[in-house]
Amino acid sequence: MKIKKISENIYEIEKEGKMNVPVRIFASEKLFEKIKEDKTIEQAINSTYLQGIVKYALVMPDAHQGYGLPIGGVIAFNIKEGIISPGACGYDINCGVRLLTTNIPKTEFLKKRDLILSEIYKNIPSGVGRGGEFSFPEKELNEILEKGMLWALEKKYASQNDIENTEDKGQLKPVDSSKVSQKAKARGKDQLGTLGAGNHFVEIQEIETIYDNEIAKAFGIDKNNITIMIHTGSRGLGHQTASDYIQKMEKIYSFKNLPDRELICAPIESELGKDYRSAMNAAANFAFVNRQLITYQARESFKKYFPKSEINLVYDVAHNIAKFEEHEINGKKQILCIHRKGATRSFGPGRKELPSKYQKMGQPIFIPGSMGTCSYALIGTSKAEEISFASTAHGAGRILSRTSAKKNISAEQIQKDLESRNIKIKTGSMKGLIEEAPEAYKDVNEVVRVSHELGIGNLVAKFKPLAVMKG
Amino acid sequence: MKYRFLEHTADIKFQSAGKTLDEVFENAVLAVSNYLSRGSQIKPAKGKIISVSGTDMESLFYNFLDELIYLLDAENFVVAKAKVTIRGFNLHAELFGDKASNYKDLDHIKAATYAEMFIKKTKSGWKAQAVLDV
Repeated sequence: MKIKKISENIYEIEKEGKMNVPVRIFASEKLFEKIKEDKTIEQAINSTYLQGIVKYALVMPDAHQGYGLPIGGVIAFNIKEGIISPGACGYDINCGVRLLTTNIPKTEFLKKRDLILSEIYKNIPSGVGRGGEFSFPEKELNEILEKGMLWALEKKYASQNDIENTEDKGQLKPVDSSKVSQKAKARGKDQLGTLGAGNHFVEIQEIETIYDNEIAKAFGIDKNNITIMIHTGSRGLGHQTASDYIQKMEKIYSFKNLPDRELICAPIESELGKDYRSAMNAAANFAFVNRQLITYQARESFKKYFPKSEINLVYDVAHNIAKFEEHEINGKKQILCIHRKGATRSFGPGRKELPSKYQKMGQPIFIPGSMGTCSYALIGTSKAEEISFASTAHGAGRILSRTSAKKNISAEQIQKDLESRNIKIKTGSMKGLIEEAPEAYKDVNEVVRVSHELGIGNLVAKFKPLAVMKG
Repeated sequence: MKYRFLEHTADIKFQSAGKTLDEVFENAVLAVSNYLSRGSQIKPAKGKIISVSGTDMESLFYNFLDELIYLLDAENFVVAKAKVTIRGFNLHAELFGDKASNYKDLDHIKAATYAEMFIKKTKSGWKAQAVLDV
């Protein structure tokens, strides 16, 4: 394997053997050293064997080993000859992040912090085995899958502004709820408006630094007021949809020639490829609605203590998804199927997919750090469209396994540390808290620094948590 | 060794072993139960019968794990142990477990994966490995 340094923060693994294209890694020396420690590179190389892959397979600064494609992997396919792969989108279809601004000053919030955190904890179920108050009969669930955020608007769980500021208006197409199995629907039917376990969270934050005043202002960020960040996905419905199609694709398309069975895929133009896309979009719409119902609950919780509170959605991004997008390859514009698995879309100014208010500046991007550290808002760039299929990082990225985290870190230590930094946390699981300890993750500051230096997502603002509710 | 967890950056990787294939699958259930309960015990308070099939041994294992994950989300059932009978690529299992809502601090599994999965014959019997997306 030949690794070539192309320029500062860009490395390339040259095409050899069965590779159809090279691999490019966007990382600083420090992050690259971490990336080389697990199977990230091997998994990225495996993805270049796939049919119809274009230009190069990309590895984002926060990448780590996953299954099939690494987390932080981006691969693009020609839609005529290429494939679509559930394992390369991730099981948690449309796992994503949204940021909300408020008119609540930090000083006022701090006076009622414990009350609000308890209220949110009560209203938004997290962890395992706690269903939400939202449970819908199958007919309505199908409507949710097909209409996404439009359903939420019709039922008054969302405002017009919420819809405008969600990727693709929170309704991905083509979509067909009948392509989602009964098994997937059974897993998801009681899970709308719930956070789930693991690294998912609702966080109330203060603004620590503003890097770009003009853009921060356009986002509605006011340095004195708190913001709210929500990170979750499509829950069991999405996970099961991915599993179902991996099984279906295996029956029709052999995995014998694939370097990793988890990379099973179907031609985009095939019936099964189209079915998966319709089912994946349905699961993605479910995830948009999930984040919207959590937003609705958060708004209600705040209203109890701040009756005049206004909570506005800045934007909602998907970081596990495959999408058809127009990109320029060798001077020629073409539609590609971009798989982003643990990577955020980073459109620059002028893209028709963006809401009118962001047309001139680019797409808002949110990169949450590990629990209790800090998170960032960035802005998409034309440079990202040139060099990274309009993609950047999605988080801090793990470096320590959950098992070693449990061995080496104690819950008391974490709580003490959070308290010393004036952060309140509420979680259903103290043991789960350990798995998500900041020590288990890469330094998010380094991840966004690389994104900014490369120009694939530029810094707008940095947020520090005041209260965290963890799944 | 009935089962053991191995290092994996993001997900859960485990191996299970047994004298027979049936036993390897039964021990894999113990690994899943141990993970879900975060190391505590799930009571085998009620039973559930399932049948699963595959096109080869790995897909049978994948589909079996998939079923355990499904039962937790859709039927509020958390597994403790199992009695497994495998014939060809078909499996019949009697699962023992409890209502998930009886436990406050359960962990969650998103899905089974084929990543690094194997099922192979060893000197003393059989061994299986799987990575779960959590």
